[in-house]
Amino acid sequence: MGILEDIAGGVVFNILNMARGEPLAEALNFFIADTIKVFLLLVVMIFLVSIIRTFVTPPKVKKLLGGSKEGFGNLVAALLGVPTPFCSCSAVPLFIGFMEAGVPLGVTFSFLISCPLINEVALAMLFGLFGWKVAALYIGSGLVIAVAGGILIGRLDLEDEVEDFVKKIRSKKIEEKKLNWNQRLKFARLQTINIVTNVGPYIVLGIALGAFIHGFVPIGFLADIAGPNNPLAVPVAVIIGIPLYSNAAGTIPIVQALMDKGMAIGTALAFMMSITGLSLPEMIILRKVLKPKLLAIFVLILAVSFIAVGLLFNALLA
Amino acid sequence: MKIEVLGSGCANCKKLEENTRTACKELGLTAKIIKVQDFKKIASYGVMATPALVVDGEVKIYGRVPDVKEIKELLKG
Repeated sequence: MGILEDIAGGVVFNILNMARGEPLAEALNFFIADTIKVFLLLVVMIFLVSIIRTFVTPPKVKKLLGGSKEGFGNLVAALLGVPTPFCSCSAVPLFIGFMEAGVPLGVTFSFLISCPLINEVALAMLFGLFGWKVAALYIGSGLVIAVAGGILIGRLDLEDEVEDFVKKIRSKKIEEKKLNWNQRLKFARLQTINIVTNVGPYIVLGIALGAFIHGFVPIGFLADIAGPNNPLAVPVAVIIGIPLYSNAAGTIPIVQALMDKGMAIGTALAFMMSITGLSLPEMIILRKVLKPKLLAIFVLILAVSFIAVGLLFNALLA
Repeated sequence: MKIEVLGSGCANCKKLEENTRTACKELGLTAKIIKVQDFKKIASYGVMATPALVVDGEVKIYGRVPDVKEIKELLKG
């Protein structure tokens, strides 16, 4: 990505004639380079995932997972959760559809965990701003949490903690139309425009804030409070992350800037997982199909897992 | 003609409703457009990803927001 930095540097230091090392110039340089990089990646990533999405539709996933076994079923569910469309408002119809098709509760939860946690927007941002190593750590630990969390919920025998009406619903079958490549490409194009215009403003705002932190906050500013030597930083980051959601994509550039100022990698990972994987609106919606006990167990398992991931990587990579 | 827009009221559902209204207006249709937000009803249509467009009880589109042109073709056919 050296070319992008050159372009940004050229604009800031040559065209605008700002001085190197000047906080405002550094912030602007950072902002231009990151914005171009992130948006290029977003467009490519969303387009590719949208094409995959036309093949991996919810009815197909449902059929694949119906009657699947613990372990393998959880792994397949966690993997299928990555390219599947997810907005928290689809969580309930999806859940009901899975239950009706006889997908085991634990397998359903593996899907419900990985679906929002690992998505193409987060991946493009992580890859663009942190590089492939952090992106791979995020995907890897996200999948482990989805599989393990699902297996654990499956073992706890919580079928009675699903709201009773869910088991009574008998739905109609919808026929799936076969798409040709033209339709798939059109779908991917529309989807890309839609998602980029939806999350774009938050991302630009996030990058701008990140650039500001990058240029004006002194290096090492956070080393004491959010560095690897403060074990409390991880749980605090996870708790702060839970209510944040609508601007999940926008917070990633801010986290990157904070890491630059001394936040430890594990703490940053735990924070981002908590923002994308656990959200207040999603919980409110899931409450419609889950009794309070199961919902609480779900949130607790995720929060504990994110904290564990944070502490683990702080210990390993510090 | 009875048109139902299924979804819990997030941005995508609103966009679908808006596009459907525009499509009806451009075609000069006086169809009734009903918003369905009840999850039980949404699930009973077999829809697993919102928003969805249901015309005369038949699920036409789900899990995405079609543009006005596509809805018009759908309503004509």
